[in-house]
Amino acid sequence: MTLTQHDIDQEIAAEHAAYDKRVAEGAPVEHHPRRDYAPYRSSVLRHPKQPLVAIDTARDPELVELSSPAFGERDITEIDNDLTRQHTGDPVGERITVSGRLLDRAGRPVRGQLIEIWQANSAGRYAHQREQHDAPLDPNFTGFGRTLTDADGFYRFTTIQPGPYPWRNHANAWRPAHIHFSVFGSAFTQRLVTQMYFPGDPLFPYDPILQSVTDDAARQRLVATYDHGLSVPEFSLGYHWDIVLDGPAATWLEEGR
Amino acid sequence: MTKTDTSRPEGVAPTPSHTVGPFYGYALPFRGGEEIAPLGHPDTLTVHGHVYDGEGRPLPDALVEVWGPGPDGVLPAVDGSMRRDPASGGFLGRNGVEFTGFGRSQTDANGHWYARTLRPGARGRNAPYLSVCVFARGLLVHLFTRIYLPGDEAALAADPLLSRLDEERRGTLIAAAEGGTAYRFDIRLQGEGETVFLEFR
Ligand SMILES: [Fe+3]
Repeated sequence: MTLTQHDIDQEIAAEHAAYDKRVAEGAPVEHHPRRDYAPYRSSVLRHPKQPLVAIDTARDPELVELSSPAFGERDITEIDNDLTRQHTGDPVGERITVSGRLLDRAGRPVRGQLIEIWQANSAGRYAHQREQHDAPLDPNFTGFGRTLTDADGFYRFTTIQPGPYPWRNHANAWRPAHIHFSVFGSAFTQRLVTQMYFPGDPLFPYDPILQSVTDDAARQRLVATYDHGLSVPEFSLGYHWDIVLDGPAATWLEEGR
Repeated sequence: MTKTDTSRPEGVAPTPSHTVGPFYGYALPFRGGEEIAPLGHPDTLTVHGHVYDGEGRPLPDALVEVWGPGPDGVLPAVDGSMRRDPASGGFLGRNGVEFTGFGRSQTDANGHWYARTLRPGARGRNAPYLSVCVFARGLLVHLFTRIYLPGDEAALAADPLLSRLDEERRGTLIAAAEGGTAYRFDIRLQGEGETVFLEFR
């Protein structure tokens, strides 16, 4: 039996209702998806059923996970953050500038850390061999870049507005346009892989991946803000998106706890 | 609202995690990602295994990151894991001499991954281990685990994490010696023999 959008919509609504009920009964806010979020079908066999084992990082400064691999100027070249300059010709599509700050949970800038991005082209096609969507490839667009955050935690990319694309979670499943982000913090515990969305996308309510973040405020934090001040005259439209890393860092040194 | 207000003293709310998806393969893996040990280093070892789902099927689209100290227990602060060629912009690879402690392996079509790195040294009261972060299509939030090496039973028995686990679960964190310097470490995301995964608070 074919799984329809209507079936998925009902599952998404049920997951939202269950979350609202948990919070109303005093459960904590959930900033991240649950790994067993079934409307995203690929999660069903790929999440642990045993509870995670908690480690109190404040009790052991020697934990490997409290430090993070180092990345620096040798790991990037100067134009790695410009996805429109990786080929001899110009890619097709609307040029955009995406910028924001990398912060920790105390709101402090996270400096000199690696941010990697990847995305579909303007037609919604990835430059990936297993990609099945028959939208055109763009010989002038690969769709991945990297940069280091600066002294104030800022990052900046120049790229092309990615297109939405179909996938096979259910019949007529479409992903809203998004850019994938991979981010390192000052501790390996802060590692983050996520996706940034664009404001006002009509596909938001139908997408089980975005809706896996059941908390409304948390989900909003995945959507960039149009920022006219970031738009470059005669060149690109600007989007602002701050990234806040979760997970404990080695603050015990500074705070003496 | 994705411009973050940092003026509130209680801190700011985190950006939610999402799955890495199926199409990172042309972006995240880098040349020499599995070859963390400097060429010919005498303390080199190989850890390898499969990543399995809840029905025991190997994942052809998982990404395994490994991070750990050198044999002296010191965590390197050396960059250059994904060194670039300034002329072509392509990956130049590691410089063959320095140890960065970090690597990234993509599972192959059979769900198999490997990493060649230096034997980790002990830190504090912990038995020596490599920290591992697993990503995959279908996995909405990455998973942390650890690779401990067999041999020093006293160190393993005294380890603050291993000593809290029952025998069967503890075993999922200890690699199997395969002779020489090869060690087997399978990662089971779900079901029988499910790997112990960690959360840090
Ligand atoms: Fe995608």
